[in-house]
Amino acid sequence: MNPHEPIPELDSDPYTAENLLDPYPMHLRIREAGPVVWLKPYGVVASARHAEVHAVLNDHENFISGAGVGLTNFNTEPAFRPKSLILEADPPLHTQTRTVLSRILSPKVVMQIRATFAAEAEALVERCVDKGEIDGIHDLAQIYPLKVFPDAVGLDDDGRENLLLYGDLVFNSMGPRNELLAKSAERVGPVTQWIMEHCQREHLRPGGFGDQIYQAADAGEISHEQAPLLVRSFLSAGVDTTINGIGNALFSLAHHPGEYAKLHADAALARPAFEEALRWESTAQTFFRTAARDCEIAGFPVRENTKVLCLLAAANRDPRRWPEPDSYKIERRPSGHVALGSGIHGCVGQAIARLEGEVILTALAKRVKRIETTGPHTRRLNNTLRALETLPLRLIPV
Amino acid sequence: MPDITFIHSDGTEQGLEAPVGVSVMQAASGAGVRGIIAECGGSAMCATCHVYVDPAWVERLPPPLSNELEMLECTADERLPTSRLSCQIKLTAEMQGLIVRIPANQQ
Repeated sequence: MNPHEPIPELDSDPYTAENLLDPYPMHLRIREAGPVVWLKPYGVVASARHAEVHAVLNDHENFISGAGVGLTNFNTEPAFRPKSLILEADPPLHTQTRTVLSRILSPKVVMQIRATFAAEAEALVERCVDKGEIDGIHDLAQIYPLKVFPDAVGLDDDGRENLLLYGDLVFNSMGPRNELLAKSAERVGPVTQWIMEHCQREHLRPGGFGDQIYQAADAGEISHEQAPLLVRSFLSAGVDTTINGIGNALFSLAHHPGEYAKLHADAALARPAFEEALRWESTAQTFFRTAARDCEIAGFPVRENTKVLCLLAAANRDPRRWPEPDSYKIERRPSGHVALGSGIHGCVGQAIARLEGEVILTALAKRVKRIETTGPHTRRLNNTLRALETLPLRLIPV
Repeated sequence: MPDITFIHSDGTEQGLEAPVGVSVMQAASGAGVRGIIAECGGSAMCATCHVYVDPAWVERLPPPLSNELEMLECTADERLPTSRLSCQIKLTAEMQGLIVRIPANQQ
């Protein structure tokens, strides 16, 4: 580029209802305007291209998370809750907490829980097949993570719907202080207290993921004051994300009968089919970083303390990175997509997220010949998440 | 542009050239080398880009960091002293001629 070329300025607003409902035309505009753009409505730098988004996420020294990973800059404005010790933290604190969480959620642990998670998936899909006509969200996508993940964390059965309200608030809080945020804050009311109570050890089954955090505190790896806030990360990030990941995968497959037929013919495609859904219809649409110092992206200067919006979902459809990016193809194996982030802040629960998606799609592939939509779907708007409210489906059994 | 040789579990060899600065995993993915899955995309979080580095090369590579060492405990095939995650080996000009073996299983 010409070093004196000014950064393209756009009026695009990612948080209007129109853009939340259908973000792809806006993604195209931002992506084609340049490697980075200046979004005038919020005064932030944004990128919708894979190379730049990937570079920012992998440069945690220049682009920090400690000032928040939403639009709010915690250097100048208060955070709406005590900051996350992992999501909204930088090394060395992040390294310490991340080490504990990645051990608790490691691929080795996932191998141990696989059989339980698969059995639950098969039982749930069986119930859905018996019903025949289902709402893919309320009868399937929501039920499954709300069962298996809090079980693994070690929560009681009561009150788990609070996790949905809390997740909705946390992900709305990463956008502007708009009506969506105000409404979810209103709904959440007493839920925050419930969440904090259930981060305490006495509410967590011995041996579960939550209790293991306290064991790490007992061992001196983290402090006992840090433990409940790390349990909170399980409760805020572990359910809404996978619910929508599974919901979006059902949506993708229901709208691509040819791809579903391939999955039905070969259940081993379940894992890549889930992966491709993460790329094609990314659950976490956006995350921010904050420039720790004057630096640059693709040659464009970025001033210290500037918020940088990474449009993950747009990067995942960047034609510079993916051939036919707007097509959902379950055999693509899209390694390198950024739906789960990249670099040191890459989703720490990704092995479990993939397990959940895989076992649900495997159970469907074996038990269901065809998936048909029986009516229009509806969306639940959220400032960060791409979420469905309803997805009416008919499952045709084998 | 260092040359790298991948040896598959059936013994077949596959050579390729890759630019300095990319990881061995990225070089493999870019060339469609079978057996390097790299599900997490290179964040040392999935252990599906596991390779066995040729013994002559082990000492010549920068040693693994703690996150890689922890993830190496999660490999599908046996972890050996030569085990590495290929996403964490960034190619330098000195790595001309690097040889790595691909395990039979990654998941």
